[in-house]
Amino acid sequence: MVETGARTLLRCLQEEGVDVIFGYPGGAVLPIYDALYDSSIRHILVRHEQGAVHAADGFARVSGKVGVCLATSGPGATNLVTGLATALMDSIPLVAITGQVARALIGTDAFQEVDTLGVTRAITKHSYLVEDAKDIPRIVHEAFHIARTGRPGPVLIDLPKNVCLQRVPVVHPGAPPGRRGYRFAKEADPGAVEAAAQAIAAAERPLLIVGGGVIHSGMHESLRRLMQAIDVPATSTLMGLGAVVGTDPRHLGLLGMHGTYAANRATAHADLVIGVGLRFDDRVTGSAPHFAPKAKIIHFEIEEAEIEKIVRVDFPVLGDLRYSLPALEEAVERNPRTASDASRSAWWEEIRAWEEHQGWTALTPMELGGEDGKLLRPQAVIQEVYKATGGDAVVVTDVGQHQMWTALLYPFREARQLVTSGGLGTMGFGLPAALGAQMAQPEKSVWLISGDGSIQMNIQEMATATNYGLPVRVVVINNHQLGMVRQWQELFHQERYSAVAMTDLPDYRLLAEAYGWKGLRVETADGLREALAACAEYPGPVILDVVVEPQENVFPMVPAGASLSEVILEKPQPAVERS
Amino acid sequence: MEFTLGILVDNEAGVLARVASLFSRRGYNIQSLAVGPTDDPGTSWITLRAEGEDAVRVQMQRQLGKLVEVVGVYHMTEGISVERELALIKVSTGDRRAEVMQIAQTFRAAVIDVSPSSVVLETTGDRGKVNALIEVMHEFGVLEVARTGAVAMLRGPGVFREDVEDGRAPPDDLRKTETR
Repeated sequence: MVETGARTLLRCLQEEGVDVIFGYPGGAVLPIYDALYDSSIRHILVRHEQGAVHAADGFARVSGKVGVCLATSGPGATNLVTGLATALMDSIPLVAITGQVARALIGTDAFQEVDTLGVTRAITKHSYLVEDAKDIPRIVHEAFHIARTGRPGPVLIDLPKNVCLQRVPVVHPGAPPGRRGYRFAKEADPGAVEAAAQAIAAAERPLLIVGGGVIHSGMHESLRRLMQAIDVPATSTLMGLGAVVGTDPRHLGLLGMHGTYAANRATAHADLVIGVGLRFDDRVTGSAPHFAPKAKIIHFEIEEAEIEKIVRVDFPVLGDLRYSLPALEEAVERNPRTASDASRSAWWEEIRAWEEHQGWTALTPMELGGEDGKLLRPQAVIQEVYKATGGDAVVVTDVGQHQMWTALLYPFREARQLVTSGGLGTMGFGLPAALGAQMAQPEKSVWLISGDGSIQMNIQEMATATNYGLPVRVVVINNHQLGMVRQWQELFHQERYSAVAMTDLPDYRLLAEAYGWKGLRVETADGLREALAACAEYPGPVILDVVVEPQENVFPMVPAGASLSEVILEKPQPAVERS
Repeated sequence: MEFTLGILVDNEAGVLARVASLFSRRGYNIQSLAVGPTDDPGTSWITLRAEGEDAVRVQMQRQLGKLVEVVGVYHMTEGISVERELALIKVSTGDRRAEVMQIAQTFRAAVIDVSPSSVVLETTGDRGKVNALIEVMHEFGVLEVARTGAVAMLRGPGVFREDVEDGRAPPDDLRKTETR
């Protein structure tokens, strides 16, 4: 039996368990689209290739499966670039398939030709140019293996048109590929785990830092048990939110630049940091040389290159959390606490004092505004969204102030409940990622919290939602500003507001109508509550434009380059000068 | 601090581009890079010289180790490895050809091309020797230099490939003691 390379590709995708791909057709992928015509794989036609890659990313983040996107050669491939970089930074398993001009035309500057491998080399975990359709089964199998194992990431397969048309025998991929150069950590060294457990037993002021690796590995339950067993305060990176129940009193909330006062102060005063599945990003550490200056650092990490990349580590534990967290649970049981109860309760007292100093938690009702001539306050709007969704929506964000407020004020209970672009900070990620999230969880309510800047960056995907009946609910925190940039200009550039005003915003209600969505706009407290309830009820996609106070800033804040102990709760007087 | 890394890679299209792109992406400077297939046509050996503190080298090794085509990354210290480089040096001889030839002989450099006013010398050795010969030839006039960059190999009977072909991990014990 023979088949075309394109058909081999789809067959191999199915054998990897793929049932949906997000894509956009074009000349070089015509053979693949021809094969899709009668394939059982569902193809979601986005309105821009960037939408395809973010949607596949959102799908992967929520489902834990490998997301798949498809684009044509040249501009189709280059439109994937931002999404690939987004996925690489946040360790999201993706397989991106790009068309390429026929082998004979490669290198001739042919129509829609781009050196896709060259362009994407630094933003993929691995990539392939397929030279012969006979290699497709092996390459597809290997690509999925590499995307989902070890530290996950995006893998790209570039398929020249002639390879898609080539007729080849039907071959099924065999056993998992034995790529001798591809290794990833599994079991941790038992000695390293034991040393970590001993350090934990002796610690008087321990602090757990929870990263995205806990979510990727699906080990949040193990981590929750550990947190309880050690009775340790915990803080999360943006990618780690949801691994620990956000309303748990042991959870101090987000860490880092916009982390809570308690989380940042605790890091500065801890004598032991237990870092689990994080890479000590600069938004988390602040000034790296001043990070956790009094602490020994334990680092549970799957990627060796991340250990001691940014901060010194006293107890490295290289391994997959699927092995090393259960091992730590056992080791902790073997090593009862040696630190005195008095020292631990003193630590908790200090922490509670910092929490009180901040004066609010996510669940403290905040002044909503929207009455007596006052505008709505964006922070309280997030709290209202939390209430309206019962706290259990899948929440997607874009990037900016609304993202940080969501991280601070929407306590996540579940792993994979928050979908946000952490490492790359990609504005425009939200809407397509929400569509992917909704595809992954058709029964769940998916809410996108966006800003008036971010939402416009991939607004064309409103049409995709209508096309496929994806009932995402979009809340635009509309301050008519690029709020985060404006905040930095206010605090660090002497209020010289340069290119941050979002004037002449579209009327989102009319836009909604044009795209076949429901559109609402509110400026009052009562209006907000009613509108949120209406959004929750509405069976189709809906966008809610919430006009908010434009001058609000995100606090707490650790100025860039400062140490975490320098966390501030309000605008300093006079303004600090730091870039 | 200069150091040498030996990198065992799958002999595939694009490997060199990946290694080079990693160095530019991470802001590392390569001083020299020599690559060629080994006796196994599926495997290439890259010898790379770079500069940086120990921590930078360890990062480099680990980042290189992430590349799927990279089978192993080894710190080729003087104690455990031998290193050679080949250089071609075009020297303007004027009327002092005999002197140039005599010095070349002292350095065991071969004369591989002679013209009325110049010679091309070929020398093999460690960098110190190559640098010394070039230095001496400056007295006569160095017209052009072409260097291969260092190639390095483990001393003694041990090889990196043996471990790999067995299907076992590359010599981790060596790698760990060298990277820590």
